[in-house]
Formats: sequence, C-alpha cells, structure tokens
Amino acid sequence: MDEQRTLSGKYIVPLLKGLSYTLKNFFSKPVTIQYPTERRPVSKRWRGLHRLKVDDQGRLKCAACGLCAAICPSSAISLVPYEEEGGTRYPEEFVINEIRCIFCGYCQEACPKDAIELTEVYDYVDYCREDFKFDIAKLKNPEQFVFKGK
Amino acid sequence: MVEFMAVLLIKLLVVFTVSMLIVAYATWIERKVLGHVQLRYGPMRVGWHGLLQPVADGIKSFFKEEVVPENADKSLFILAPIISITAALSLLVVIPFGDTVTIMGRTITLYLTDLDIGILFVLGLATIGSYGTILGGWSSGNKYGVFGGLRATAQMISYELSMAFAVISLVMVAGTLSLVEMVHYQADLWNIVRQPVAFIIFIVSGIAELNRTPFDMPEAESELACGYNIEYSSMKFSLFFMAEYAHMFVFGALVTTFFLGGWHGPFLPGVVWFFIKTFLVIFFCIWERSTFPRLRYDQVMKLEWKILLPAALLNVAVTGLVMIIMA
Repeated sequence: MDEQRTLSGKYIVPLLKGLSYTLKNFFSKPVTIQYPTERRPVSKRWRGLHRLKVDDQGRLKCAACGLCAAICPSSAISLVPYEEEGGTRYPEEFVINEIRCIFCGYCQEACPKDAIELTEVYDYVDYCREDFKFDIAKLKNPEQFVFKGK
Repeated sequence: MVEFMAVLLIKLLVVFTVSMLIVAYATWIERKVLGHVQLRYGPMRVGWHGLLQPVADGIKSFFKEEVVPENADKSLFILAPIISITAALSLLVVIPFGDTVTIMGRTITLYLTDLDIGILFVLGLATIGSYGTILGGWSSGNKYGVFGGLRATAQMISYELSMAFAVISLVMVAGTLSLVEMVHYQADLWNIVRQPVAFIIFIVSGIAELNRTPFDMPEAESELACGYNIEYSSMKFSLFFMAEYAHMFVFGALVTTFFLGGWHGPFLPGVVWFFIKTFLVIFFCIWERSTFPRLRYDQVMKLEWKILLPAALLNVAVTGLVMIIMA
C-alpha cells in the first residue's frame, strides 16, 4: 500500500502548495507583539491592578464601609476604619493582597462611593510576596508600575 | 614567484574569511527566515534585529565545558569534527566566484585553483566528509550514537550515487570536468535548461547529503536522544554545526556553478551575481526546511534506491542517446 502511494507521485502537488503557502507567510507581517515597546490593546473594562480614587480635594473617596472586603471571594482586602466623632470616616489601613486577588471586579461593583476601581495596569513584578500587599500609597497610583524599559 | 604566492595567499585569506562570515550569518539568516515563515520575528534582541546573535552564540559555545565521555575513543572523538569541517571548507578551493578581474594592472582570477578534474575532486571530498559523521558516532562510546552515525552515513553515501550521476550527465553535455570551464560553457544558455531532470535530482540529493529536513532523521534523532553528535559539547559541537552550514554554502555554490550559469548575468559584476544565486539556493534550502515534514528512514532509502537512482541513470542514458542522434 505504501509502495503505490510513494511511486504514483501524488504528493508532489501538495508539496508545491505547501511551499507557496510558506512563501506567502514569509512576506506577511508577523503577528508577534514586541512587548514592552508595543503593547496589545486592552478593553476599557480591563480588570488590572486596583486604584483607590481621590476626590477633587485630594482626600480618598473611600468611606471604609467594608463592603469590598466582605464581597471579595478570596479575602484579599483587609481594612481598618478610622472615625472621629462628628467627622468623616476614612480607612486608616487598607491593604489589598494582589497575589490573593483574582481580579474579578466585585469590589468595584460593590463599592457605594465609587472609590475603588480596577485599572488597565498589569505590569507589576516583584521579588518577595510581602511587597505584593498593596497599601494605600501603592493603591493611589498604580500607573507608577507600568514598565517603561526595553 | 613571490608575487604569485602573495596573490594566492591574499585570495586564500579573503575566501576563508568571507566563507566563515557567511557560515556564521547563515545561522542568522536561517533563524530569521524560519521565524518569518512561522509568522514571528526571529532573534530581535541581540543587536539590531538580532544581527549580533552569531557572535553571542560563538561566545556562549566558547565558554561551555568540554566533556569527553569515559568510554570514548579520545583521539577519534577529537578528530571527527575536524574531518567534517576540513572536508567542507576544502571544497571552496575549486569554486569560481566570478569573472577574471583586473586590479592594479594585474589580472586576477577569482578562483583559488582551476583543477582539470574539478568535479571529481568535489565529489571525492564530499564523500570524505561523511567520515566525520561515522567516526563521530562511533567514537562517542554510546550505542545510540553509533546507531545514529551509521544511519546518517548510510543515507549520505546512498545519495552521493544519484548526485554523481546527475553531475555525469552534465559532464557529458559540457565535455569538461573543470568547474571554470563549466561556467564558461553556460555563457549563452544555463545548464538548468539543458538538464532539468539532473537539476531536480541534484537538488534533492544535495539536501539529503546535507542532512536537512526532510532528510534529517540523523539530526532529529539527537532531539530524541539518538544521533551521532549526542556526546559532543561546546567547541566540537559547534564545529559539526559549522561544517553543516559550510556544506550548505558549498552546495549553493555548486548548484550555481553547475546549473544556474555561475557568475554570468547582465549589468552587475560576476561576483555579485554568483552570491545572489548562491543565496537564492540557500534561501530555498531554508524555505523547504520550514515546509516539509520529515521522512522516515526507510522512506529516505526507498526514495534514493527506487526513484532517484533509476531516474539519474535513465537521464544519463537519454542524454547519451540524444547526443548520439544529434551529432
């Protein structure tokens, strides 16, 4: 059975078709995206690192209600509120453990003050697990982590 | 006499340097072409578009540890890659790179030597190159290495037969064994028009000689823990590798000389046409490597002994018949 297939020459035309297909590919633009010089486009609803938003006076919008911590499926958010008598309530400590986080976006949906949002930033890399616990300083400006090197 | 030796030495240096550069950058060309065919870029990081990649590879293999296995036959182990690369580079002495030029009042021929038996020399040295393979396999002291080396050598010596018969039909038509005369014979019509069947047979046999896909069973087995260069590390492995690319360059040069009219061509100087044609052949070798699947070993042998060799013999017979009828 093999003999007939080899000797009849039926594989020559498919071989030539294969050659023309690879040549066509050779002259096409490659599909590789050269990260980090080029980045792939992400959607506007992309769920990346968190940001704690500030209002126009520079104070955190967050009222430390704890809804985000309650709804988080992996218990990534831990929060210590501070309330002075007759004053505003704000978070004294707000830590999101980005390694535990599954980037589901429930905290963003649950927040009544629109104080937490998930940004388009995904670039964070670090050496030890402790540094992945983002405190308020890191959460206020996640754009600092976007990799600008080569 | 002194002048003759000086010119020869300079030509030797130029040919050696240029071919070593071409061998190094053939690896770059291969990786880039293979990449683009597979819709990706090749090396892009080391230097602009990866141009310094061969330098990086050279530095890496220079610093790797040389391992000689305990069972190995030490002298043969070291000798085998030397034989491979010597046979590959010695073929460069007979290739005519271009027309005769006049530099500073002296006419300088662009080949290192014009042997009257040039083609016989080429075929003979190509056969000696397969000694490197079999000795490499045998001296590794590894039974898989022996097996792989045997298979590689059997493949190489089988395909030399059809290659020789393809060249014999050319010799019958041109009437000369010298490569320079062969190029001069093609001044008005390229040999590919006179002997198309011999062209196809020569190309297929040459690719099998080079152990390239689809005939790279001996090499692929290295990926599958089998093969003649399994026990070789750093410099000796690079020598085998460079011998393969040097063989590819020589194969391109031979196809150009035998079938594609050597250095003939309009407008541009002969050397430029020679290199353009050689690089086209090298591009074809890389192109077909990225396209064709690998043949199983018995299919490789069947292709040679049942298809290519009878076709080559038939081609010689028909050429002889036509020559008698037309004379």
